[in-house]
Amino acid sequence: MKTADQLAADGPIRRVLVANRGEIAVRIIRTLKRLGIESVLAVSAADRNSMGARLADRAVCIGPARATDSYLRIGTLIEAARGVGAQAIHPGYGFLSEREEFAAACEENGLIFIGPTSAQIERVGNKLEARRCAEQAEVPIAPGGQVDNLPAALEMAEQIGYPVLIKAVGGGGGRGLKRANTPAELSALFDLASSEALAAFGDGRVYVECFVTQGRHVEVQILGDGESVIHLGDRDCSVQRRYQKLVEEAPAPNLTDSMRRDLHAAAVRFSKHIAYRSLGTIEFLVDVARQRFYFLEMNARIQVEHPVTEQISGLDLVAEQMVVAQGHPLRLKQTDVRLTGHAIECRINAEDPTHDFRPAPGRLTAAHFPAWPDLRVDTHMEDGAMIPPYYDSMIAKVIATGSDREHARRLLESALADVRIEGVLTNIALHRAVLATPEFIQGGFDTGFLGRFLAGSGAAVFGQPATQPETLPATQTASEGQR
Amino acid sequence: MSFSHEDVQRLLQLLDSSHFDELHLEAEGIKLSLRRGGATAGPAPVAPSSARVASAPAPIPQPVTSSAPAASPVAAAPPASGDTSLLEVRAPMLGTYYGAPKPGAAPFVTVGGHVNADSAVGIIEVMKLMNSISAGVDGVVVEVLVRDGDLVEFEQVLMRVRPA
Repeated sequence: MKTADQLAADGPIRRVLVANRGEIAVRIIRTLKRLGIESVLAVSAADRNSMGARLADRAVCIGPARATDSYLRIGTLIEAARGVGAQAIHPGYGFLSEREEFAAACEENGLIFIGPTSAQIERVGNKLEARRCAEQAEVPIAPGGQVDNLPAALEMAEQIGYPVLIKAVGGGGGRGLKRANTPAELSALFDLASSEALAAFGDGRVYVECFVTQGRHVEVQILGDGESVIHLGDRDCSVQRRYQKLVEEAPAPNLTDSMRRDLHAAAVRFSKHIAYRSLGTIEFLVDVARQRFYFLEMNARIQVEHPVTEQISGLDLVAEQMVVAQGHPLRLKQTDVRLTGHAIECRINAEDPTHDFRPAPGRLTAAHFPAWPDLRVDTHMEDGAMIPPYYDSMIAKVIATGSDREHARRLLESALADVRIEGVLTNIALHRAVLATPEFIQGGFDTGFLGRFLAGSGAAVFGQPATQPETLPATQTASEGQR
Repeated sequence: MSFSHEDVQRLLQLLDSSHFDELHLEAEGIKLSLRRGGATAGPAPVAPSSARVASAPAPIPQPVTSSAPAASPVAAAPPASGDTSLLEVRAPMLGTYYGAPKPGAAPFVTVGGHVNADSAVGIIEVMKLMNSISAGVDGVVVEVLVRDGDLVEFEQVLMRVRPA
């Protein structure tokens, strides 16, 4: 069997335009370098001196700092790719990675989009269509459905039982999302949810879904070539704050073998049903009380938390993505995938923990991460690096791998104690506190975990205003709406 | 044997699509050195005046160096005369630059020509949309740093103008 690197380097792609920034740009460029494929990084004026710009074979400035004038400009990126002679574009995560128009523009301009087809992005991006796909593939979905008006919503809620969630058809990131505990609440919130959805996504359609009070966020990594699909195991991302994942691990702890098998099989069925190409993630809500799971959504791109899967599978997912983008069929059969050990990732954000974790951009005076075996750091930070205020506040992912979960957890605790980031505030203290809680040590908690921690034992340290509880446990939501 | 701009462009593309880092060509009346911009290589070691073509930024990859904050590859080159009083006309967007309103037509500007703030100095094409670029400054064009069909980056210096 040829290696991923051999196949990933073999094909029409000799030069890739990386249409992203930050740690994921660095991550992609590193694999391209190893493969001997040239990388051109599209940078905004604010990222000209970033680590990615230096590592890439070339950086081209595509526009001013504001993302809408640079990283989100489809025409400019296509023009840049053609202008530098790239054969393919890697969209990373966030920005244009799940914009059907971007993939379509690549297709129309003879560029290879390193990801799924535009039709697949469109299909899984529409929540109702994605639910339909899940139904057709016999993947369980939370009871509910689209409703056109309030009477229909009330009838639906009556059928499935309160509490319910009102969600935007075109939604993500928690916007246009409301929880209603009673018919009165539903009546009060319905129009609001609909107009929020219209304002945020240009689509006022909403649907009503059963609200699971105790849910875990478990997702399955899949890889397809447009025909065959395999899974690369699962991840648990239940440590969330305001729908944003904070800590992720692979495999998901404390799942029964049969539940795990069913999750994997459901993810593969869904992806096969749409003949999915490239890397993707199927997100599920695991109902802890009822020991059931529901399809949440598919993320049609590489995921922020992909390293934990890489750590336990020994695979380079960007290289595997390149294998498919070069036009090769899947090189791995399901039985070739071996998952061993446990990996945990903490997302380090530049934010102020004493002021409700608001973003805290600025210039780093020092950035030191320990270099230990079994410790991986994906970052674009270095001494003197600038964190511009225009983008995401995530500055690093620290990933520890161990023979079992407890080894990984301890290693990560020690590593975070040794990280030095000076010049900006970070959420490292929160991570250290979370890793040390008995609930985290035990594993298998629901997505309400972090909210409970911040309102309880963490309140004194992180100054969470008690008057502002989370309106919802960060569950059953498109927590990856932005990335 | 005479060498046209197109010939050099073709050589640039040839080098660009190859695995080689350098190309040296000597023929009757011409001596041409092309080098792929690598992390260690500086700007092409050719005097700017004699290298109108070879110093064109695209399509040879040239890294943005971390030591030059606001520098696109061309902006990193020293001003023609080291004259700091010159004004720069920069690209307001990334795209394909055209120096004339249509192929074969007279160029918008020539060295020695006068421009004022509203003068059109070029067109930048982004996905078949033609954007007219105005000088934004008054003066005499001293240097034009880009060629027809070049990919220009956001804020890349297109030309230098001596203030009127």
